[in-house]
Amino acid sequence: MPITAEFEYVKPKDMDEALRVFSLYKDKARALAGGTDLIVHLKEGLAKPEVVVDLKALKELSGFGLKGSALRIGALATFAELIASPLIKTKFPVLWEASQTVASVGVRNRATVAGNICSAVPSADSAPALALYEAEVLVRGRNGERRIPIGGWFTGPKKTALLPDEIVTCVELKLPAKKHGGCYMKLARYEGEDLAQGGVAVLALADNTYRVAVCALGPVPGRCPKTEAVLNGNKLSDKVLAQAKEAILKEISPIGDIRSSKEYRLHMAQIMLERSLGHAVTRLFGKGPAYGTENIA
Amino acid sequence: MKKHNIQFRLNGEKIAIEVEPNDVLLDVLRGRLGIKSPKVGCDRGDCGTCTVLLDGKTIRSCLALAVEADGAELVTLEGANSSRKWTQKLQKKFHEKNAFQCGFCAPGVILSATELLETNPKPSEHEIKEAIAGNLCRCTGYEPIVEAIAETVKGK
Repeated sequence: MPITAEFEYVKPKDMDEALRVFSLYKDKARALAGGTDLIVHLKEGLAKPEVVVDLKALKELSGFGLKGSALRIGALATFAELIASPLIKTKFPVLWEASQTVASVGVRNRATVAGNICSAVPSADSAPALALYEAEVLVRGRNGERRIPIGGWFTGPKKTALLPDEIVTCVELKLPAKKHGGCYMKLARYEGEDLAQGGVAVLALADNTYRVAVCALGPVPGRCPKTEAVLNGNKLSDKVLAQAKEAILKEISPIGDIRSSKEYRLHMAQIMLERSLGHAVTRLFGKGPAYGTENIA
Repeated sequence: MKKHNIQFRLNGEKIAIEVEPNDVLLDVLRGRLGIKSPKVGCDRGDCGTCTVLLDGKTIRSCLALAVEADGAELVTLEGANSSRKWTQKLQKKFHEKNAFQCGFCAPGVILSATELLETNPKPSEHEIKEAIAGNLCRCTGYEPIVEAIAETVKGK
């Protein structure tokens, strides 16, 4: 299907040039990295930019690396690059596990983490992991740089805190100070590529604290502080798990849609919370299913 | 719209072509360059029939602007057949195992399998399934495809 919308294409050679285009065109400019969402939106008329700004020549936006306890993931880094990285696998295993659930190889070779959170669909697979690792989104406009905590990034379905004249330069994650195990559990209609019916990510840390985040279970992905409060300081007894499963129902608000009913999502959120906590704790002690293998059954 | 003069290598051959900003790579390959192995399927990245190799990696050519290919190395099944180590072996095994029926998905599946074997020449069955999870086949039920890829590796 050809794209019927008309637009100009520019590929800035440096950041200044890119920012000039965005300050000039504002919401009439759209950033292009992997394009796996943008091209669909152009075809379907959901995006009608006057100019498409290809960021792929901006070398400072590519790659990723750990500096101290901060992992900077450049806006051009693809899911395939993260999956191929031993650093991500060993230090940020929940992000590694979540990355493998994003679409399929041919999409992950192009699709970026930054693009995933800029598209900001409620089912964004990378979002719960970013929330667990206390990510901040670094954005730049002509007036300088801003750091936006991931908790304030998603402002609604397909909406973010990014201003029209800004671009995302990188996402910065914090390496947990304590030893930890984790899990990203994705519920889908079948194995293979599908959008999440629901996703639950957890971290279990060596000091008996826990982090819980979800996607596709409400208008925006994010942390579940009430559930965490129930869990924190406790071993996972039947009683604590039962309380946590009650708590999570108070902080998710799933809809019913083509992929699942609301009731099924509410039910499965509790099941996934219990199972993912179980995996996270066994992984904390070096056991449990290997990261990236089937974990929901 | 301002047209763009772009250059890239397509199956080893130098191509110089003028494209519009809104030309989709798949449409330029099929409509203007006579490359017919990538197919128009879902046209939104779900089915994998439009798969091509861009700088050695499979991508959805329905989800790339043609202008993005400037300076790239593009390989389709037409070229992979002679330039990539595993492609022809896969094709022979697919033929032998009757691993396609209508054939619409086959170019994409074979390129995905080519990419897999280039990075992981000893894949498990799970890794094979994961590698072709983005290539939908509505004929075979996938079993002969997975078998054909597994047997290609064994060199049977």
